[in-house]
Amino acid sequence: MRKRFANAALCPGRSDPSLGLVRTRGMKNILTLSLVALLGTAALGQATAASKIIHVKDFAFSPATLTIHVGDRVTFQNDDDEAHTVTATDKSFDSAGLDSGQTWAHTFSKAGTYTYFCALHPYMKGKLVVLASGSNQP
Amino acid sequence: MKRKDFIGHVSWTGAGIAWTLSASGLLTAHASAADAQSGFTFVQISDSHIGFNRPENPDVVGTLRKTVAAINARRVQPAFVVHTGDITHLSKAEQFDTAKAVLSKLKAPVIYLPGEHDVIGTPEQYFNFFSRRDAKDGWFSFDQGGAHFVSLVNVFNFEKMGLMGQKQLDWLAADLAAQKASTPIVVFAHVPLYALYPQWGWTTEDGAQALAMMRRFERVTVLSGHIHQIIQHTDGNIRFATANSTAYPQPAPGTASKPGPLQVPPNQLLGVIGYRTVQLDRRGEGAIADHALG
Repeated sequence: MRKRFANAALCPGRSDPSLGLVRTRGMKNILTLSLVALLGTAALGQATAASKIIHVKDFAFSPATLTIHVGDRVTFQNDDDEAHTVTATDKSFDSAGLDSGQTWAHTFSKAGTYTYFCALHPYMKGKLVVLASGSNQP
Repeated sequence: MKRKDFIGHVSWTGAGIAWTLSASGLLTAHASAADAQSGFTFVQISDSHIGFNRPENPDVVGTLRKTVAAINARRVQPAFVVHTGDITHLSKAEQFDTAKAVLSKLKAPVIYLPGEHDVIGTPEQYFNFFSRRDAKDGWFSFDQGGAHFVSLVNVFNFEKMGLMGQKQLDWLAADLAAQKASTPIVVFAHVPLYALYPQWGWTTEDGAQALAMMRRFERVTVLSGHIHQIIQHTDGNIRFATANSTAYPQPAPGTASKPGPLQVPPNQLLGVIGYRTVQLDRRGEGAIADHALG
């Protein structure tokens, strides 16, 4: 069972382009509308955006392979003393230098399989499988 | 750095070196015989990681300042100081600005090559800092003191590190072709050019192609950084030496599950970071001496 509520929509500090949120003074109203919309979607049995975390620890991405859905937001957290990056092989996303203790998040708006690596230590590799929204697969 | 800024070679001298094995297992040479002589000497510093702020060294600017002060205090000033990369930790403009402010206090001219930490995402900030119109690709060569110096870049590839790439290999082939076999060759490259410890990425994938071009010379010295420790290795006519960092050490190959900053007791940090002097004799034999900061 996937989470009903998108953390991104509940957290005003994290605007999420996939949900069409814009940070304005009317944020509260938009959030409310978004929540109503999300609840409606959930009621129809369709998937809603979720938040996932990938740890960068001991010179490895954990989990190294993760399956998500379009609209999901993935946060990468650098738990190492060393700096790392999260860089897509197809260059579609890049965290730039991620210092020790820092996080970087990305929302996936297009289905597909994305391989990524650390530009500072290219032997560190990871894979994200992004399924179409509402897909019943994992 | 302009070539005309280099101090001219005065005379060739040889120098003996006293090596000691420190408690941490790192080779360190103290008080070099080069101190008392006026030969052709240059200094290598490396891996300053300006912007790093972790317990392994909470003051990397301070230790770089100490390094600069120690070099400036030498009785015989080096002809130049080469920084073999990882000047910054995260390639940020303000980190390059800080590095420049500290390194500009060196009495000797400084030359630079980038490490992978200097070109994260884009080499743009590095090139702003590097600012040499005569080396627009980052790599370059020059002649000084009877030796031919080659400064290489093996951190520019998107997915592989280290890698020189075909364009640079072609340039190197042409550059070395113009040199006599008897000319001492000194090469700078951030990541070691040979397979020092590939499990941790301490190798240059196409380094063997570059080294093959150096076989015909009588004496080649390849100086690198990247691994934050002194490891010397000889392969035929080619001698390799990696240098200490000015910031923090890394574990010796195979002694830890992963590379990365190595925590030593804070009162021992200055004993495992520092700079290197290299004095070349006329055969290209170099007296390499590594000087800890404390």
